[in-house]
Amino acid sequence: MSQEITVDENFRMPPPEKVGREPGSLTSIVQSLIFTVDHKKLGLMYIGSGLLFFVLAGSLAALMRIQLAVPENKFLAPETFNQIFTMHGTTMVFLVGMPIIFGFANYLVPLMIGARDMAFPRLNAFGFWIFFFSGLLLYFSYLGAPGIYGAGSAPDVGWFAYSPLTAKAFSRGHSTDYWTISLLLGGVGSVATSINILVTIFCLRCKGMTLGKMPLFVWMNLVMVFLVILALPCLSACQIMISLDRYLGANFFDTQAGGSATLWQHFFWIFGHPEVYVLIMPAFAIASEVIPVFSRKPIFGYPIMVAASVSIGFISLGVWAHHMLCIGMTALGNTFFVISTLLVAIPTGIKIFNWLGTMYGGKIRLELPMLFCIMFLFQFLIAGLTGVMLAIAPFNWQLSDSYFVVAHFHYVLIGGLLFTIFAGIYYWYPKAFGRMLDTRLGMAHLVLFTIGFHLTFLPQHFLGFLGMPRRIYTYQADRGWDLWNFVSTIGVIFQALGLLFFVANLIYSYWKGKKAGDDPWDAWTLEWATTSPPQEYNFAELPAVRSRRPLWDAKHPDDPDWKHE
Amino acid sequence: MNAATDLTSDWKLPSPRKVGILTLIVAESALFTIFVVAYLYYMGKSLNGPYPHEVLEFPWLGSIALFGSSATILAAERALRGGSHQRFLFWWGLTTALGIYFIFFTASEWWKLITVDGLTIDTNTFGTTFYSLVGLHAFHVIVGIILLLCVFLAAVRKKIHPDHHEHVEVISYYWHFVDCIWIVVLTVVYIISTRT
Repeated sequence: MSQEITVDENFRMPPPEKVGREPGSLTSIVQSLIFTVDHKKLGLMYIGSGLLFFVLAGSLAALMRIQLAVPENKFLAPETFNQIFTMHGTTMVFLVGMPIIFGFANYLVPLMIGARDMAFPRLNAFGFWIFFFSGLLLYFSYLGAPGIYGAGSAPDVGWFAYSPLTAKAFSRGHSTDYWTISLLLGGVGSVATSINILVTIFCLRCKGMTLGKMPLFVWMNLVMVFLVILALPCLSACQIMISLDRYLGANFFDTQAGGSATLWQHFFWIFGHPEVYVLIMPAFAIASEVIPVFSRKPIFGYPIMVAASVSIGFISLGVWAHHMLCIGMTALGNTFFVISTLLVAIPTGIKIFNWLGTMYGGKIRLELPMLFCIMFLFQFLIAGLTGVMLAIAPFNWQLSDSYFVVAHFHYVLIGGLLFTIFAGIYYWYPKAFGRMLDTRLGMAHLVLFTIGFHLTFLPQHFLGFLGMPRRIYTYQADRGWDLWNFVSTIGVIFQALGLLFFVANLIYSYWKGKKAGDDPWDAWTLEWATTSPPQEYNFAELPAVRSRRPLWDAKHPDDPDWKHE
Repeated sequence: MNAATDLTSDWKLPSPRKVGILTLIVAESALFTIFVVAYLYYMGKSLNGPYPHEVLEFPWLGSIALFGSSATILAAERALRGGSHQRFLFWWGLTTALGIYFIFFTASEWWKLITVDGLTIDTNTFGTTFYSLVGLHAFHVIVGIILLLCVFLAAVRKKIHPDHHEHVEVISYYWHFVDCIWIVVLTVVYIISTRT
């Protein structure tokens, strides 16, 4: 695969920049971002806007931690606190998690399967912009929501918006409508992008890449988009129902008129639980690429990994009511959801052992992506174990809606997802920008952020055991919660410092980083076969593959993988 | 694995358009499932009337029109692949007309329910779930009609060629899906809930 551009019969020249603006000027950059349908640019735009929203939602979290640092604090008013945890949760799930994982899938899937772009490039741009505007709409509520009725500002119903909080009687003004319509729009964008990714994987693989030869990253993203396609429409249905209730006087969730608040919980979590796996599948995907490359071994148990991912996908569709073990379902209902939830632990455990099996006996290189993945293994194990604990109904009755739950899902989403996203950024940044991220700044980021993360969230397990409920805006001094809350807030400082090093690194290395070359990690998947950054058409000549590690085959013609697979 | 590693053999993958529309149909099915479940969940739980068995009549004409349109769109596709422009135009136009008739039929049914029976979306949970489920379906029929009309107008201007059979097929998949949903709605709303 040479770097020279050779003309191939399928290759169409990208259209020249149409309007004659100076290249490199601000207007031309903005114009190229708005008009682009290139999967790589859109991927980076997804990740970039996801990181912007991350800073925003992270600042909201910091405000909450300041408020909770000491008992009976007056830093935030109770109604402001409600708005902040709602906006924090909604933003982190829909405007940080989703766009960043779509960004990775967008950037990498076509490269990894040897394609020139996504199946529907314009739909791809549509998906991005509709997501972006849904984010703006949500935050516009701070300005627009007081509007006509003069009540309310940002949404304050919590990210799962339990009924009847969203009813017109309890949520006056338009704040809930901003939440509803923003999520409805975001859902449309997510489904559009997911359909696009799924079609790309099924229809655009390069010659020789059978399903069994796809990189695990692609497989796990396939499971991710499959879950989005099944789960997000349920959320859209929920949002349509709320809107009908609020605007046309329908009675879906109006208990006074025969509606059911429980039904909302079922419908929301039918979406909500698969959504958790939507967010964690890309973490598995990144770990499954990084760990083999830095252990210098092919992934251990490829077919089992695929089977485990697919079965996690299926099982996750039938576990939603473990979020509702406290609402008084029948014993049969409780038992069913406890058992189905515990079943998830089996394929997940298999994955962890497979990653360990990959590292076992490997020649491990402790570079930054690998270090973040190793932290992921430990932290995700803790998250999984607390998850199994919470799945046991009696335990859940004791700790549901306590800080133990908060600690659990932050270990999943930060310890699991965010750490692998960092690993992915350190791993693929050289591909996207042609320069390595600085190792020393990166180490500072790793150390500070890891310390900060555990300082913040480990004590929250204890707070849960001590009976501190989530979502309270303050607490009395005699509860025994002071110390752990204070420690938890101190952790935020370390996390923020770590993130500063990370952002500094992203900016510094863009100009001053070491030149990366095409394949700095000596990796094996197709994205490393093209230039860094790749040309708009990705590959001068479309590749053809004969094994799961096409670049290994190219580098070792004497002993290619396809002789063994 | 030797067969798979042989790169000289043909490499054929499914058509993006078809996989795309089938995936969209899966997503739409998930959306409808929630509304159907809501209907079933609230069946027989309305606190006050009117109840389904008092006001709903089996929509014979509308259903015949909609199911018939699935057959006529198949005939239109066959005509296009056979290269007969006139027959394509006839069957495609008939499909569109049947779709439009279905919408008028639903509109007159709703008119009667609202003005004569006094059933609106906020009357009871039957009204809520009935109008949202049937309305969501009708909305999909309307989107289908717009797609059908686009193709019809293009065909009138002789812009549709046999090469376009895949584009047309994608629309017909969607139209069949709308039909299948109507089978579910018919069963749940007009058969099961009027008998309980």
